Amino acid sequence: MAINWFKYSAPTTFYGLAGKLIPWFAASSAILFVAGLYIGFAVAPADYQQGEFYRIIFIHVPASILSMFLYLVMAGYAALGLIFNTRLSAMMATAIAPTGALFAFISLWTGALWGKPMWGAWWVWDARLTSELILLFLYLGFIALHASIDDPRRADRASALLAIVGSVNVPIIYFSVKWWNTLHQGSTIKFSGTSMHVAMQQAMFTVLAACWLYAIAVVLARVRSIILERERNTTWINELPEVRS
Amino acid sequence: MSSLDIWMRENPLAYVWLGSYAVAFLIFAIEIAMVIHKRKITLQQVRLMREAEDEARDDKSGENN
Repeated sequence: MAINWFKYSAPTTFYGLAGKLIPWFAASSAILFVAGLYIGFAVAPADYQQGEFYRIIFIHVPASILSMFLYLVMAGYAALGLIFNTRLSAMMATAIAPTGALFAFISLWTGALWGKPMWGAWWVWDARLTSELILLFLYLGFIALHASIDDPRRADRASALLAIVGSVNVPIIYFSVKWWNTLHQGSTIKFSGTSMHVAMQQAMFTVLAACWLYAIAVVLARVRSIILERERNTTWINELPEVRS
Repeated sequence: MSSLDIWMRENPLAYVWLGSYAVAFLIFAIEIAMVIHKRKITLQQVRLMREAEDEARDDKSGENN
């Protein structure tokens, strides 16, 4: 049986689907957080150089990966909205921005916490750190620009341009440790293999999956509010059971 | 060496937990609370608008009768 995926690109059908999916994503995320932290703190051994401090990696790396990935997803939705003028794409981009900004903030915060015992400084103007800070500013710029324009469709178009132009920063963050001589370490996990202990990898990837599922749940919940707000004058919104009650 | 440096070297796990994980989970909790609050407020606004529309319609039909 073929599924018509385009059906879910309309706010009318997506609203209900998102409502059904949120509890599953949220519950899976909570379970994976508990499992990941258990492996990370009870199973994974201490690092021979960094001792217990390295355990910040289990939140720092997933938060950093998600901050970059969410930006690309946000820019992708913004581009779709700009090119095809689809309402839901622009709403999704608007819903992703705050979560992406929070992950960028967590990445910078935990990085500073890790930097202090390892480098002896909370912050250095290193290429990786600076480009990640620019990513946070891009997220904040997107949110501020969108909020400053009253007409939502015009706000979508203006902020979409910023999102698309800003996406050039993501490969800069990723390759910064290769292009410049930085204090930040290079990638530990590569396609050619890794020197990381298997329990450390398991903990990191489990927390990454947990963060990913958390982001999906929160974004879906936020986009439902945005749909409600923007489509409030339509008949289908007025017929929703939560509106009628 | 500051007192924070000494404390973090003596209690690395507490430093890691309180400094990064507690902060990250606090941020997640604030975000969830904000999303729930936004949903409540938006639903309230939509309900109020619907009620106002219903009242206006009732008034109009009353005037016509």
